[in-house]
Amino acid sequence: MDDGKSTLIGRLLFDTKSIFEDQLEHVEQTSKRRGDGYTNLALLTDGLRAEREQGITIDVAYRYFHTPRRKFIIADTPGHEQYTRNMVTGASTADLALVLVDARKGVLEQSRRHAFIASLLRIPHLVVCVNKMDLVDYDQSVFDRITAEFSGWLAKLDIHDVTFIPISALHGDNVVDRSQKMPWYEGTSLLYHLEHVHVASDRNLRDPRFPVQWVVRPMTDEHHDYRGYAGEVASGVLRTGDEVVVLPSGRTSRIASIDTYEGELEEAYPPLSVTLRLEDDIDVSRGDMICRPENRPAEAREIDSMVCWMSERPLSPSARYRIKHTSRAALAKVDEVRYRIDVNSLHRDKDANGLELNEIGRLRLRLSTPLFVDEYRRNRVTGSFILIDESTNDTVGAGMVL
Amino acid sequence: MSVLDSPRDLRGDHMTYELSHLRVLESEAIHVIREVAAELERGVLLFSGGKDSAVLLHLARKAFHPAALPFAVMHVDTGHNFPEVIDYRDRLVAEVGAQLIVASVQDSIDNGRVVEEKGPRASRNRLQSVTLLDAIEEHGFKAAFGGARRDEERARAKERILSFRDDFGQWDPKAQRPELWNLYNGYVKPGEHVRVFPLSNWTELDVWQYIHEERIDLPSIYFAHQREVFRRDGMLYATSDFVELLPDEESFTESVRFRTVGDMSCTGAVASRAATLEEVVAEIAATRITERGETRADDRISEAAMEDRKKEGYF
Repeated sequence: MDDGKSTLIGRLLFDTKSIFEDQLEHVEQTSKRRGDGYTNLALLTDGLRAEREQGITIDVAYRYFHTPRRKFIIADTPGHEQYTRNMVTGASTADLALVLVDARKGVLEQSRRHAFIASLLRIPHLVVCVNKMDLVDYDQSVFDRITAEFSGWLAKLDIHDVTFIPISALHGDNVVDRSQKMPWYEGTSLLYHLEHVHVASDRNLRDPRFPVQWVVRPMTDEHHDYRGYAGEVASGVLRTGDEVVVLPSGRTSRIASIDTYEGELEEAYPPLSVTLRLEDDIDVSRGDMICRPENRPAEAREIDSMVCWMSERPLSPSARYRIKHTSRAALAKVDEVRYRIDVNSLHRDKDANGLELNEIGRLRLRLSTPLFVDEYRRNRVTGSFILIDESTNDTVGAGMVL
Repeated sequence: MSVLDSPRDLRGDHMTYELSHLRVLESEAIHVIREVAAELERGVLLFSGGKDSAVLLHLARKAFHPAALPFAVMHVDTGHNFPEVIDYRDRLVAEVGAQLIVASVQDSIDNGRVVEEKGPRASRNRLQSVTLLDAIEEHGFKAAFGGARRDEERARAKERILSFRDDFGQWDPKAQRPELWNLYNGYVKPGEHVRVFPLSNWTELDVWQYIHEERIDLPSIYFAHQREVFRRDGMLYATSDFVELLPDEESFTESVRFRTVGDMSCTGAVASRAATLEEVVAEIAATRITERGETRADDRISEAAMEDRKKEGYF
């Protein structure tokens, strides 16, 4: 199904002058050779030979563009159901999801599925582009009908910020500049919206969480007694002097300093990579979690979770997997497959007893050692995990703590 | 889509707890470097002397400060180097106090592992893959950090930050491990390794702006200088003992700088008068041609030149 995704990305890159002359020349030559009637901007985004041959996107590709106001990273993911895992991958780090609807076809299963995945992965902002408006004579009633129908579906999902924009990716209507052809549309162009959407408040600044990645011990004369705990602030704000507790030991201390290569900081917040020193000489190692005594994650030996299955080898209920959560690893056994969710209808199949590639289900996992988790809806860093197959070492599952 | 804001000062805005986009990229890279150092036993940082590997080394120092790097630095040496780059490499490695390993393409040729290309267009670029894989195997490295970026080339746009290599050193773009959130899977079996690209999400302009902000030392060939060059296929190349001129080619002197640093036989120069970091950053910001399109003959071989080399084990 070509709903114009590659063309839209090509258009955004082209109109923001993010395409270089040699890239454009290459696309023009290839378009001509293939006999495309116009410069096929979709060719810009297909990176692998197999994708160019088949005219489809197989895997997530990352594109970069900037305007004077902001920098953007586009995770370009394929839309077909057999690539749900790639969509989940792209969605896991996104601040905003763009879903395309073909104005001629209306809201199809695919658009609904994309919106569901955006809500499952808790992408805070959703933009629905009703594309190919040129092919419906820029008719307002088509746009209004699609907006109403899609809004009905979105009401079932947990998405708070949704914007609908009528566009023509091929002709550039409402992509960078407001279109003259749709005077009835009172909103902004897509790019203007992307430049102004407020993303800073989406981070969790309430719950201080610091997973320890690495213990810095120089063991030199100059830094003989130095012992620092390096990591990336997952959430919350940490300040020098704060009382902290280290999990799992439960020992408490205070932050003596927040060190960086440039010097000490007064406070650290996500996603800063820093090194903490504590006032007391307590045992801290990789995989430990530093947080505040009165605000701790759950110490979980069992977790209730939504998992997207990413492997050709199905999830089997009796199997054991490695689980990686923050900087901590453990083993996990599937205790129960509670249901499998149909990504198109949201129907819950309670008779499911496994998950196949690209399927999403609710699992209860039992852990070999406790993990320090928050609900994914509250914290995307401490609420997410991956499952790894012990025999192949492949990443087979992406999980979110409920 | 990820959105990176650019507040005015680099350090960030303390009232709203926002970080500049360069700090976000820096923090992500440091996180990756620490994660790999912690999970994979033997790592090595691939260092070409180019600007990306200079940034990578700088980030690695930050990641473990005030301790030393927990891994060695390795240069895959084609023998066709710019002398300025070798001087720079040795100076920097001494300053950092890192252990330097030099894997030599000449040795691979002498040992019969690879056969030297012949003729005026001969290059040792492609031979490097064999030298690199042999060195990884010899030293038993499980992780090799590289400075490659996704914006460089369209096959690279598909690559993971931790990119798995089988025991033939091959990259299989259709069977990559999914990479979600900031959770990386570094599990490998004996003989396998991962390539690690902490600069995946940086653009060329990000790299230059960061070099400028951080005042990172670079080889002098990145700045405009007078050099003897010749023109081939629309690009300027340095005249050297490593390249034979074709009958209709002539050397002349021009003010040039290099945009990438590789083997002398396949790295082109651009005519430029930008002699300071500020001037180079301004030129890069205004350029309309990609760095590889402008200066790398190795990518011009075919539509999928990079994809093919990467599958063989290239950087």
